[in-house]
Amino acid sequence: MSGAMTEIRWHARAGQGAVTAANLVAESALAEGRYFQAMPEFGPERMGAPLKAFTRLSDEPIEVSNNVEFPDIVVVLDDTLLAVVDVAEGMAADGVVIVNTPKTAAEIREQLNAPDTVRIALIDATTIALEVIKRNIPNTPIVGALAAATGVIQLDSVLTQLEKSFGRKFSQRIIDVNLDSVRRAYEEVEVQ
Amino acid sequence: MSLAANAKQTAIAATGNAFVTEAFRQIEPDALCAYPITPQTTIVEKFAQLVADGEVATEYVCTESEHSAMTATVGAAAAGARAYTVTAAQGLAHMWEELYIASGLRLPIVMINVNRALSAPINIHGDHSDIMGARDTCWVIIIAESPQEAYDNTIIATPVAEDLLLPVMSSLDGFITSHSIMRGDVVDDATVKAFVGEYTPCDDLMIGSPRTLGAFANLGPTYMKVKKAQRDAMDRGLASIKRVGDEWASITGRSFDHVETWGMEDAERAIVVMGSAAGNARAVARRLRAEGEKVGVVKVRTYRPFPVADIAAALANVDAIAVLDRAETFSAQAGPLALDVMSALYDAGINTPLRTYIYGLGGNDVKLEQMYQVFTDLKAVTTDDVSGVVNSTPRYLGIG
Repeated sequence: MSGAMTEIRWHARAGQGAVTAANLVAESALAEGRYFQAMPEFGPERMGAPLKAFTRLSDEPIEVSNNVEFPDIVVVLDDTLLAVVDVAEGMAADGVVIVNTPKTAAEIREQLNAPDTVRIALIDATTIALEVIKRNIPNTPIVGALAAATGVIQLDSVLTQLEKSFGRKFSQRIIDVNLDSVRRAYEEVEVQ
Repeated sequence: MSLAANAKQTAIAATGNAFVTEAFRQIEPDALCAYPITPQTTIVEKFAQLVADGEVATEYVCTESEHSAMTATVGAAAAGARAYTVTAAQGLAHMWEELYIASGLRLPIVMINVNRALSAPINIHGDHSDIMGARDTCWVIIIAESPQEAYDNTIIATPVAEDLLLPVMSSLDGFITSHSIMRGDVVDDATVKAFVGEYTPCDDLMIGSPRTLGAFANLGPTYMKVKKAQRDAMDRGLASIKRVGDEWASITGRSFDHVETWGMEDAERAIVVMGSAAGNARAVARRLRAEGEKVGVVKVRTYRPFPVADIAAALANVDAIAVLDRAETFSAQAGPLALDVMSALYDAGINTPLRTYIYGLGGNDVKLEQMYQVFTDLKAVTTDDVSGVVNSTPRYLGIG
């Protein structure tokens, strides 16, 4: 991995919107003049099946097209995956794991196969989604948590891109609650 | 050139498929006849939307099979239309007999193929098995590494087809390139439209006197003469593609070469590869270079006609060569690209040690360690006192 590139691996269950989130982060980087790549690992598309998606961000054009094996950042949209998938596999020692969960950092760390140097960021994105968007779609708020916990993408870039990509499909009310959910997750994420 | 002076480029974020659709929208062919099949589905889906929204005047023909898609494209092209189609995998295989009809009738069709494995077992992912079934059909074949190249190649394909009166297949790797969102630059509509120009069919069914095309040529040399004419056109292919590619490069600033090299000025070991995996090879070569290892990468962008002289020139001074194939021939020595490279080297009197590999079949992830493995293998070869093909059968990468 080159110093200028950040590699993100997303873990979720099919239907939770991880691919949309991976794409949102990549597209947000366009406004920052950076290079990016977002791709899902296409498996059997069964609702609820564990899946992975990948985002790369870089100041230089990106050449590689393989799956992210050695992530700097891991995002977990569903904490029940911690019991079935080694989400920290291949992680950088100074990496960050962002987990959508109401649990404590100690509880999460116990389930992670990660060195102590890996930081853990907690966000209850499901509760935020249910309260703000009124639907269980934690994928948009967790991008706000990613921005706050890692700084790999600016909050404003995410908000602008979200408005742009949702603007083609959804009403202003839906757009507004999604933007609010991103802002709230940005404020509420706790990094341990 | 005034086109270059007035051209504007805009950076966008899009999938490989969306870059192809954008090129289609700008070129606005007369007809698009297609049967949606994974992973090209989103190209046709988005283009059908553009037709439905009245953003393009293209006649969209949704056929009931891939065989019909190519048949309808042949019919449209014979009638004088700038006719396109899109396919992948089993769809391309199902078109097979029609591919020969398109080239035998000298129809300048442009087809996008989203490269994918062939069943069985069932697999929807990226490899080059499908295009290799078309390599001997007298279609020009250009292969993209990235969404950006998929866009550029799609635009380059149109003037090339119409210059050579041969069908052109512009391809990108299924899912790896077709479904990855990446940054790329698109050129403004007016420049693209001017670049491809108005289409004037040279000899069609609809204008002047109706006639039979591809009539019976059973006995005597007529059939052979037609094939010779196809070969002659293919032999002009490299010059034509390079000329059009250079013109496009003068607008975009993105160079076009049949064979794109990295680090080959003084490389001792080289990987030859096509498509998306070229970037993986280059990334590893870059890291090895930083450690003082003299390695290089040769990417083949134009596959048919095969750029024999460019390949031989690129590989003339290395000590060991690896050719990586993302498809099988199941022949004795190698995959299809390796056989082509070996022929090119023989022609040039080069007998450098060469290893052949098969990788990434059915979308098997092309981990960077595979590229390290190949360069390490080659290091052993260069210290041995051997020449010619080192392993008598291809080595499979990434299956443990």
